[in-house]
Amino acid sequence: MPKITYIEHSGKGHVIDAPVGQTVMEAAVKHAVPGIDADCGGACACATCHVYVDEAWLAKTGESSSMEQSMLDFANEVEDNSRLSCQIKVSDALDGLVVRLPKSQH
Amino acid sequence: MSNGESKRVIIIGAGQAGGEAAQRLRQGGFTGDITLIGEEPHPPYQRPPLSKKYLAGELGMDRLLLRPASVYADERVALLLPVRAVWIDRAGKRVRLEGGRELPYDALVLALGARPRPLPIVGADLDGVYLFRTAADVDAIRRRFVAGAKLVVVGAGYIGLEAAAVARTLGLDVTVIETAVRPLARVTSPEIAGFFLDEHARQGVRFVLGAQPALIRGRSHVTGVALADDAEVPADLVIAGIGVTPETTLAQHCGLDLNNGIVTDQQCRTADPAIFAIGDCAARPMTHYDNRLQRLESVHNAIEGAKIVAAAILGHEHAAEAPWFWSDQYDLKLQIAGLFQGYDKVVLRGTPAERAFAAFYYQGPRLIAVDAVNRPGEFLGAKTLIQRGQTIAPETIADTSRTMKELVAAAGA
Repeated sequence: MPKITYIEHSGKGHVIDAPVGQTVMEAAVKHAVPGIDADCGGACACATCHVYVDEAWLAKTGESSSMEQSMLDFANEVEDNSRLSCQIKVSDALDGLVVRLPKSQH
Repeated sequence: MSNGESKRVIIIGAGQAGGEAAQRLRQGGFTGDITLIGEEPHPPYQRPPLSKKYLAGELGMDRLLLRPASVYADERVALLLPVRAVWIDRAGKRVRLEGGRELPYDALVLALGARPRPLPIVGADLDGVYLFRTAADVDAIRRRFVAGAKLVVVGAGYIGLEAAAVARTLGLDVTVIETAVRPLARVTSPEIAGFFLDEHARQGVRFVLGAQPALIRGRSHVTGVALADDAEVPADLVIAGIGVTPETTLAQHCGLDLNNGIVTDQQCRTADPAIFAIGDCAARPMTHYDNRLQRLESVHNAIEGAKIVAAAILGHEHAAEAPWFWSDQYDLKLQIAGLFQGYDKVVLRGTPAERAFAAFYYQGPRLIAVDAVNRPGEFLGAKTLIQRGQTIAPETIADTSRTMKELVAAAGA
């Protein structure tokens, strides 16, 4: 199973086995990684699963949709590598992915 | 534990509100006992996908679960499933379960949810007539969700329309019967309702509006729905989506105040300081709406209640967030910020023809709610404004030459 590393704003890291086909958000929430709220459960409706994708992985995680972009416009402290983790699907190509979490989702 | 009082928390109701409350108590550092009691066989799961991706067969139960079943044992949350609580002894601070076992509590959280209203007509108990609330309901419906089958949806609320959208996508023949003269009458404005009516009609859904179902026909299995004017709509299956009744029986029997839901204060506390109520079963003062008492049926409200109650038990406070909702139908994402009841003016930003527009609801100069169709920026911008108690003048909001982000920034300046 691909391994994903989530790094909290404090610097604390969590390495999670993420099932292929689920999203980067789901793997985090199901293992109670603090800092990803995902209030809507992955419907791209709430923008509370904001993450920063490690630069080395940007190409592999793909482009964000215009819907996602519009949501990110209103997230806190958005950077060029900001994504909504409910919109990144786990695949074998993402084994080793590193994402960093913002200070707050609200 | 900061207040040093609650050692044993019992949560009755293992839906999203109950499940989130248990999780947030543990994440907040609560070290006492947590018991989570639910009537369904599943650990807490998300209900919104039931009328969307779960009904469509795109998501299985494993992905609906809020968290894997094993997490509860890891976090020392005693999960009692499927178990019914039948009595609350407030004086003795005990909950009695079906079968007679009694559990003591220091703090009790009622997350009882709501029951779908059955159709109040003859034939509602026929095979092929379904309510829509649990995964089991939807599992039964899905077995009959095959192309060509004739589906009648009674009630044009969000659940009914979402089910209709999935059904059309799967090739069912769909008729929606609604007592009111327009769909979504209870939950949105004529502007938004008209847009969704047109979209569904374009997708091939037939509507019978302003019609009263009188009787469901069939011998053992449903064959049709007869209307009060004697017309009949043939049906292989019927889904009743005519709203829910808050589950308040336990609260009523132990003498807690009810007012379309279990009445609480802003901390979700009932008149009994040891008992809280959250989620669909509870009504609390709405911080962003002059503290009017209101019961909400939504995921955000369930999560909000869980955050508030965990904070209250741990002895700190959660700053209330403005309510929000969403609905997915076909390729349309409707996102709702705030509460529209009592609006006196609606202004559209963008046009329905673009299939991306938002309705801004005002009460006097004050922005109270937004329905955004495929306009996530408008939704999030409005949510921010309502949260902060800010507004954008109705004359300004229709100006699409300025981005929502610019308008929100200007409102806060």
